[in-house]
Amino acid sequence: MKRKNLANETAPGIAAVAVTGAIAAGIGLYVQSKKRSRNTPADSAPGFTARRSFGEYDVVGRSVTIARPRDELFAFWRDFANLAQFMENVERVQPAGEEGRNVWTIRAPAGQTVDIETIIAREEAGKLIAWRSVEGSDIDTEGRVTFDDAPGKRGTRVSVRIAYKPPAGEVGRLAAKLLGREPQLQARHDLRRFKMLMETGEIATSARRRDQTRAVKQAEKHKTNQHADALKENA
Amino acid sequence: MMRALTFHGTHDVRVDTVDDPEIINPRDAIIRVTSTAICGSDLHLYDGVIPGVLPGDVLGHEFMGEVVETGPMSTLEKGQRVVVPFTISCGKCFHCSLQEFAACDNSNPAEKQDMSETMYGHAASGLFGYSHMTGGYSGGQAEYVRVPFSDVGPIVVPDHLDDDQVLFLSDILPTGWMAAENAQIQPDDTVAVWGCGPVGLFAIQSALAMGAAQVIAIDHYPHRLELARALGAKVVNFRESNVLEALMEMSGGIGVDAVIDAVGMEAHGFAMENILDVVKQKVGIGADRASALRQALMAVRKGGRVSVPGVYGGLADKFPLGALMEKGLQLRTGQTHVQRYMKDLLSRIEEGELDTTFLISHRLALEDAAEGYRNFKEQQDTWTKVVLKPGMVTATN
Repeated sequence: MKRKNLANETAPGIAAVAVTGAIAAGIGLYVQSKKRSRNTPADSAPGFTARRSFGEYDVVGRSVTIARPRDELFAFWRDFANLAQFMENVERVQPAGEEGRNVWTIRAPAGQTVDIETIIAREEAGKLIAWRSVEGSDIDTEGRVTFDDAPGKRGTRVSVRIAYKPPAGEVGRLAAKLLGREPQLQARHDLRRFKMLMETGEIATSARRRDQTRAVKQAEKHKTNQHADALKENA
Repeated sequence: MMRALTFHGTHDVRVDTVDDPEIINPRDAIIRVTSTAICGSDLHLYDGVIPGVLPGDVLGHEFMGEVVETGPMSTLEKGQRVVVPFTISCGKCFHCSLQEFAACDNSNPAEKQDMSETMYGHAASGLFGYSHMTGGYSGGQAEYVRVPFSDVGPIVVPDHLDDDQVLFLSDILPTGWMAAENAQIQPDDTVAVWGCGPVGLFAIQSALAMGAAQVIAIDHYPHRLELARALGAKVVNFRESNVLEALMEMSGGIGVDAVIDAVGMEAHGFAMENILDVVKQKVGIGADRASALRQALMAVRKGGRVSVPGVYGGLADKFPLGALMEKGLQLRTGQTHVQRYMKDLLSRIEEGELDTTFLISHRLALEDAAEGYRNFKEQQDTWTKVVLKPGMVTATN
């Protein structure tokens, strides 16, 4: 199957027509889809919101307006190591030698982690960053974040789109389980936390004590699972 | 560890020993509570009709006290006396920049926003001591509270004003004030207020302060109606008189210029499965009368204004949309943007223009909070407002 990239997209408007490039690798599937008459002209809604299938790929995303300057938000995101501060399932992101290459360590069920190596596929300073997993990654994924000036003095409209295709096999099973944790919800939460961090300098928590925050509990739960798994293996 | 009033289940709240709070985020402060009140909306929680209240949750959203600890980005100082608004607001987002503090985007933790987003199309902001829909923040009916965004919310109060004079800046006084403001009161207006609970009474006081010619209070509890009368309102007891007829007569056949529904759903249902029953049978003053809001929409004159500080959570059935449109009414409502009003109302208290102490019927030790809930619910006529004092020695020991 021929694959196009999110990164090749130029403007959100085109997304509506182009079905997000082939986020869906699924132009074919799109045509097969009977949900929409082919005679209906494309509307102005972002392609991501279309009522149809993206084929083998799952696509999640959302836009949010953040009351901070475009360049500041771009710079924060461009340093991929920062992403773990607000992406809940991401344990860490580390640069992998070559400029633009990063290894994402993602928390998976049962205390395991999945590493995904990505490269920056396209970049426009202050405007857009697109990344995709390198050939042979456990999870075939690509993502794109765009930064546009919001109308008036409202700051910056940040749009994130992430597409992924879990592979077959044991890793695939694991990945599916991981991604099955309501990825749309996950993306939504992550973006809300990004907004909080950028606008207020902190991420809201209703915990009374530091060791009761969701972030700490999440990490600890993960460690406990790892430990339990190790015990199981030894038994 | 500290003592705090916690939710255990419907009609079951207890003062327990729980973890005391600590600074987590840079803008946090820790407040040692000196006074905290039980609010009418706490009874929704007590009755178990608000979704997302979990066993162990510390309740209470009207509180004040002394700053005992501050995060590096807090603007407060240890030892300051502050009143804390029940709405948690970041002060930085789009809504906060418009002073729509109760619509703050950033105060409700990300993972808690889904439920309200699903129900209302947009996520609710964070509130103290309420549902996990609004963040699940530990509340003020405790010895200590962690206060996020302490550089935005709490207002420092002068020492010559005692707790009872300023405590209600945290919620009900601004709520009554905003209700009157939403009614856009003009000098010759007749204003009708449904419900003489704390918010209704403060709305009456505010409407008069804003220059209403006549305020008519509607309730059925004699003592509460007397409090309204003492503030300068005329009163209608809906058990004794036909409300619609009375209002038409008292407004010379024009209808009242503005109406304020300070009843809301009261304690009779919030969960989705209850909503239809609530609206069909239960919404109204007291228990089983017709909906206050429906009656208000009928009573208000053509081109009049409708203000709804009363709390609603779900869907309404048999809502007189036709009256709203055909009479050309304006409807304004919402949770209170407390931070918008605190400073102005504090100076009105200082100048003696507003007095809030008349409302307080009972002062109890925090240890006796559960008894306070029971009586506030069961003896609404005389238990008009309960203030809890963590420092007070319990009466029951």
